[in-house]
Amino acid sequence: MTAHPVTAHPVTAHPVTAQPVTAQPVDEGAETVRDAVDPGHTPVDRVLAALDAVGFPELQELPGWSEASPEMVADLLEGFAAFVAEEIVPLNAPGDREGSRLDPTSGRVHSPAGFAAAYQRYVAAGWPTVPFDEVHGGGGMPWSVGVAMQDILASANMALSLCPMLTQGAVELLARWGTPEQQARLLPKLVSGEWTGTMNLTEPDAGSDVGAVRTMARPAPGGAWRVSGTKIFITWGDHDLTDDTLHLVLARTPDAPPGTRGLSLFAVPARLHGAGGAGAGDAGGAGAAVGRNGVRCVSIEHKLGIHASPTCVMEFDSAEGELVGELHGGMRAMFTMMNAARLSVGVEGIALAERGYQAALAYACQRVQGRLPGDPSGRAVAIVEHPDVRRMLATMRASVDAARLVVYSTAHAMDVARRHPDARRRAEAAELVGFLVPLAKAWSTDLATDVTSLALQVHGGAGYIEETGVAQHYRDARITAIYEGTNGVQAIDLVQRKLGLGEGSAAATILQQVRERADQIRRDGHRDEAEALMRAAATWRHAADLLIDRRAHSPLDALAGATPFLTMTANLVGGWLLAGRLVASGTGAAAGGFGASGGSPRGASDRDRKVARFFLTQLLPRTDGLVHAVRGHVDDLVI
Amino acid sequence: MSGAPIGRWGPLSGTIAPMNVVVCVKQIPDPAAPAALDAQSHTLVREGKLILDDSDAYGVEMGLQLAAEDGEVTLVSMAPNGEVSGLRTGLAMGAAKAILVSDGALKGSDALSTAKVLAKAIERAQPDLVIAATESTDGYTGTTPVQIAELLGMPSVTFAKKISVANGSVRVERQTEAGYDEVECPLPCVVTVTAGVVEPRYPSFKGIMAAKSKPVDQLTVADLGLDASSVGWAGAGQEITGVAAAEERGAGELVVDEGDAHERIVAFLEQLKLV
Repeated sequence: MTAHPVTAHPVTAHPVTAQPVTAQPVDEGAETVRDAVDPGHTPVDRVLAALDAVGFPELQELPGWSEASPEMVADLLEGFAAFVAEEIVPLNAPGDREGSRLDPTSGRVHSPAGFAAAYQRYVAAGWPTVPFDEVHGGGGMPWSVGVAMQDILASANMALSLCPMLTQGAVELLARWGTPEQQARLLPKLVSGEWTGTMNLTEPDAGSDVGAVRTMARPAPGGAWRVSGTKIFITWGDHDLTDDTLHLVLARTPDAPPGTRGLSLFAVPARLHGAGGAGAGDAGGAGAAVGRNGVRCVSIEHKLGIHASPTCVMEFDSAEGELVGELHGGMRAMFTMMNAARLSVGVEGIALAERGYQAALAYACQRVQGRLPGDPSGRAVAIVEHPDVRRMLATMRASVDAARLVVYSTAHAMDVARRHPDARRRAEAAELVGFLVPLAKAWSTDLATDVTSLALQVHGGAGYIEETGVAQHYRDARITAIYEGTNGVQAIDLVQRKLGLGEGSAAATILQQVRERADQIRRDGHRDEAEALMRAAATWRHAADLLIDRRAHSPLDALAGATPFLTMTANLVGGWLLAGRLVASGTGAAAGGFGASGGSPRGASDRDRKVARFFLTQLLPRTDGLVHAVRGHVDDLVI
Repeated sequence: MSGAPIGRWGPLSGTIAPMNVVVCVKQIPDPAAPAALDAQSHTLVREGKLILDDSDAYGVEMGLQLAAEDGEVTLVSMAPNGEVSGLRTGLAMGAAKAILVSDGALKGSDALSTAKVLAKAIERAQPDLVIAATESTDGYTGTTPVQIAELLGMPSVTFAKKISVANGSVRVERQTEAGYDEVECPLPCVVTVTAGVVEPRYPSFKGIMAAKSKPVDQLTVADLGLDASSVGWAGAGQEITGVAAAEERGAGELVVDEGDAHERIVAFLEQLKLV
């Protein structure tokens, strides 16, 4: 037996895993929360409650999802959150400070310290695969589970989360439009996360107007294509997280018709693969990489937020690519992933809003400042006890909760639209998705800006200083209202395309369900809340009728009212979903027309019910005032 | 993640039969949630969801590494109710199966009763090696593992920071205040593992999915052939007679530097026997 001196053999202590993951410091129903802790990401219990409220358990009955029991999903999300808390959360602030950097000589982008290792662990644990079909190597879980994971990941580190988010878009496109051969060759590595994917649409003169794209793809021998042009705003266009990246590029072909009808979609790998390395048929194949393709990052943007996510200008110089989908079918292909992509941005909105709320709540519990009027002890109190601070926190929480239900309802409807055995239910759900997507995208991301701003406000002067971290959430959140279709574009989409009040339309059905829910909660003793809901519904109906009429006769006036109308609509839907918490348990609240009824099968806590009451009686009525803006005319908008 | 070989003897060679490792684990109330003591018994309230004690994750990781090449890990645990959430975590990490002694009669068990129950359950698994944490995070008695060893008639080695197995014996680097001792011990034996000495793997997506279908053998006290009067409140040889709140921290002493602050700080530290 030999004794060794301790200095020669230092023992390395490894951090203990999974400690603060589901920290639930809050005393349910207590008047004042006193010891909240910021978990650094969306808490799992909040995610599970939202899944439950939008009817997640019924997905288990749909073909292929028998594994997706609520218990299994709870285990899964807890496991994922433990990983995120340990590996991803700590990289958020340092990643923001360091940012991704371009080495101009090599044209390679270096991500902040720790990002590559964390991403590789994320891949090794199989997390990217979860919501994809098993046939492509996926985990076979519903999209709702993927959305819940995004909620947790984006709240922990929005910049890093964008990389797998875009890869998901690439997977979706190839799964829908790729040939069986392309799918077999390209999908497994994208699904596993060993490769990442990018979306190359925007050009300097082709932003919201995608039809102006000038990047050219020319046919090359052997069925291949050579892509040349410049794309901007390419998220994670180059990086060191993985060996390879598959760029999906929208380009024009020679003799193509002008506008969006002349665009085709091409898959362009960052590296050339296969024995010959030249044939586009080998592009992205599993063969050994033999060199870099003719695509490189020429600069990265200096942005307000998401510093760790490189936003690249990509130059394609006769890069080898292969056609995905039909020639001139590029826009159609892009549209198939648009709903999921817009929903993903909505998830980012609620994730960042949640993060702001958690940080502000924890700070307010800990920061002692000022005294309460009429308190004879004269003791200084934590600012959470000040009514005005409580109003801010209550507004944040109710907003996040309502927006999360809108987002999760959308995901749920996507799952129903995909797998329900009844064609009528699939069609109804698909229409609901169309109606909800602009709300899920625009409202959540508008709220993200509002709520992270309130988080900063709760922190007072400290919030304006970077060290407290809330300034980062505010900066990171701002992009979500812009990309993936600006919120103005979402409002136009809602008014021009999604709004219809005819028999069986999503809006009419929702209106019907709002009335039913109001009746229900009135019967359950919530008279004020029921009235607030009915009043909002009546005002909304008035605004909707007006816009439908104007759409035909004075379209510019209709568009002038689009944004306030979207806000009204989202508040009504959010209020309706939150009102599910007020339905007395055991009265069969769940299982509404779309399965997105917002019931409370497991029973909402007393605190959850108070949040719903606050939203319905104090926040929802604010939107009544928006009807005046909807009624206004484009000529009133003096600039 | 932690693919490095465990000991200087390297990974298991083919010199012994498949390695059957039992890891004793405890499911405890989530330390992140506020804990409560039962007013009458002064014991921790263990209702609702229980999680795998963090200090057990190191033992599970070590067991998995030792059994990686040829063998398997069996978790053994006991609880007054049928809660298995914490065991699922261990199964998701890679353990093959679990034995849970779950019986209302176990309520109030002291360390020795716990050891009696676990020893009986461990016997069923016929292990080559039994691993336990040095102590649990909620109870901190730190006596159960050695009691198990005594009851099983096995040798025990405590405070391991490294374990390797070859030729029917185990070699352990045993942490001491001065550094570590190298200890060799014949199998089967009981080894306790110090927290923090390995990096426990995260349950992977596939691991979590697979955990659902792994067997958890739920046994009662009677199944183990034990008399209910020998465990729980009835069998407890110790009793918690009272619980008092920890003294509130007093106000700190403010040292104003008038040129002698360093001396006063040194004196203060000496008084605390810290220097």
